[in-house]
Amino acid sequence: MRRNWLSYPYLFWVLLFILLPLLLVLYYSITSITGEGIRFTLEHFQRFMEPIYLRVLFRSVKLAFISTVLCLLLGYPMAMILAGKNFKKKNVMVFLFVVPMWMNFLLRTYAWMTLLEKNGLINTFLARLGLSPLNILYTEKAVVLGMVYNFLPFMVLPIYSVLSKIDKSLIEAAEDLGANGITVFRKVIFPLSLPGVASGITMVFMPAVTTFVISRLLGGGQFTLIGNLIEQQFLVAGDWNFGSAISMVMMAVILLSIGIMSRYERENEGGGLW
Amino acid sequence: MQEIIIDLVNVSKNYNGTEALNNINLYIRKNEFVTLLGPSGCGKTTTLRIIGGFEKPSSGEVYFNGVKINDLPPYKRKVNTVFQKYALFPHLSVFENIAFGLKIKKMDKKIIDKKVREVLAMVNLAGYEKRKIDSLSGGQQQRIAIARALVNEPEVLLLDEPLGALDLKLRQEMQFELKNMQQRLGITFVYVTHDQEEALSMSDTIVVMKDGRIQQIGTPIDIYNEPKNAFVADFIGESNIINGTMVQDYLVNFAGLDFECVDSGFGQNEPVDVVIRPEDIQVVSEAESPLRGEVKTVTFKGVHYEMIVQSNGIHWKIHSTGMEPAGTRVGLKIVPDAIHVMRRVTAK
Repeated sequence: MRRNWLSYPYLFWVLLFILLPLLLVLYYSITSITGEGIRFTLEHFQRFMEPIYLRVLFRSVKLAFISTVLCLLLGYPMAMILAGKNFKKKNVMVFLFVVPMWMNFLLRTYAWMTLLEKNGLINTFLARLGLSPLNILYTEKAVVLGMVYNFLPFMVLPIYSVLSKIDKSLIEAAEDLGANGITVFRKVIFPLSLPGVASGITMVFMPAVTTFVISRLLGGGQFTLIGNLIEQQFLVAGDWNFGSAISMVMMAVILLSIGIMSRYERENEGGGLW
Repeated sequence: MQEIIIDLVNVSKNYNGTEALNNINLYIRKNEFVTLLGPSGCGKTTTLRIIGGFEKPSSGEVYFNGVKINDLPPYKRKVNTVFQKYALFPHLSVFENIAFGLKIKKMDKKIIDKKVREVLAMVNLAGYEKRKIDSLSGGQQQRIAIARALVNEPEVLLLDEPLGALDLKLRQEMQFELKNMQQRLGITFVYVTHDQEEALSMSDTIVVMKDGRIQQIGTPIDIYNEPKNAFVADFIGESNIINGTMVQDYLVNFAGLDFECVDSGFGQNEPVDVVIRPEDIQVVSEAESPLRGEVKTVTFKGVHYEMIVQSNGIHWKIHSTGMEPAGTRVGLKIVPDAIHVMRRVTAK
């Protein structure tokens, strides 16, 4: 308690760089500048309720949801293999999974453009094999691919870390009580890994729902996501008030998803003893 | 005598070249309380895990009711285990933990309810069904672990140092309760511990192990009174172990003196280990015994005093209800019955 003053710089930081900007965004979202000056209004939120914008929101949530599900389906088995006791090259694999994250995000996504191009590497290869070309660049599929590629490590790592911490004797206890491999997974391993799954889902869904780089590069600008919409309002249209309102909506979506997920994470809090 | 339920024949186990078990031969009878006793690393837990099916022997056979079960996975064996750290499922309630095995067997819900309630009453935790595992104390978790295993009505219950984490008082209570349960239910118990008192007070049969080998199998009384070698003597209770020479039948020489003893069948002048329990040495006046020395230390141990007496180059450990203060010159008297002569255990 007597070291309270140590926290003051952080408190100052929080006020200046987190709380203040948030309040500013909130302020912009509920005000509008007219000839008579500034007035409070909900017109920006009303405007967002127009079908064209709701469709963008729906598309963002849908693509992020699909990517999250795909990441989970791909990432969970991967995490299980990594956490398995028979896997010797474990550290190398975990390392390789992390390495791409050190590379520039833009560059990684850009690389997919050249791979997926009409005359890109993948289509050249398919042509050699006499197969029909794959034309998914500038489609929703390419956007989902980009999201899965970029965010998969965020799904694998939390699940891996939870799985590798599960006490092996719990698995033996389940076997001892008559559970075969599938039942052990269903009744013990999977329920115990839920906190990892929950944080994996949160960590994939959040950046996926807010991304604007992936949709711009791989979607060719045809698939406006909520991130692109915000970017446009601030950088192109110069409508800070509407942009702020959209940001507030997005924050609400994210808060909602975190709220749902944290229910699963909290469940295991008391289990810290094990 | 009851029939044999578990039979280990020439069982060995290697872990990447390290030998954990060396040619174990052991049979366990129905309704027997067998304790595997030894220091850590002696192979007792490995033996238990082989019976449970968590390890496969590198060589040798494991029989259960006469059927070879070497390759039978744990979930198909009619044994249940109480794990060292209980291994209760933290995401399930007490009821769900205990019902785990019954639900897998797809038992009727009403029967499950009834059985869980019965077994909870048996371990004195009636009414705890809805509690979370982490809200229980160590002793309660331990009872739940036992209940979870017993509710499946196994033919054999394996217990891996189940009381190791409990405090002394609770441990003694649980020893009593476990023994009681075993007799009441008529289930075979295979119990692993490094605590020799626990082994002596609970077991029908004790298997003393060291370095992956069985040293001695016998009743607690046999093992205490007739240890086969110096290791067993030292591990079960406290002992004075002295280098000696068997002069001839019924006569052994140690501490520079000849003593009458009850052992025979050794070679003439064969080097032997002489084992004498600390409570078997009587402290007398110097005149009464040729073995004389000086009391070095006296420690009060509760029930008895422990005296260290130095005599003829040996520090004798003596347990007695009476005591002589440090510095006193005393005589030590050892009756022939108290002298256990053992063949030297030659290093492998």
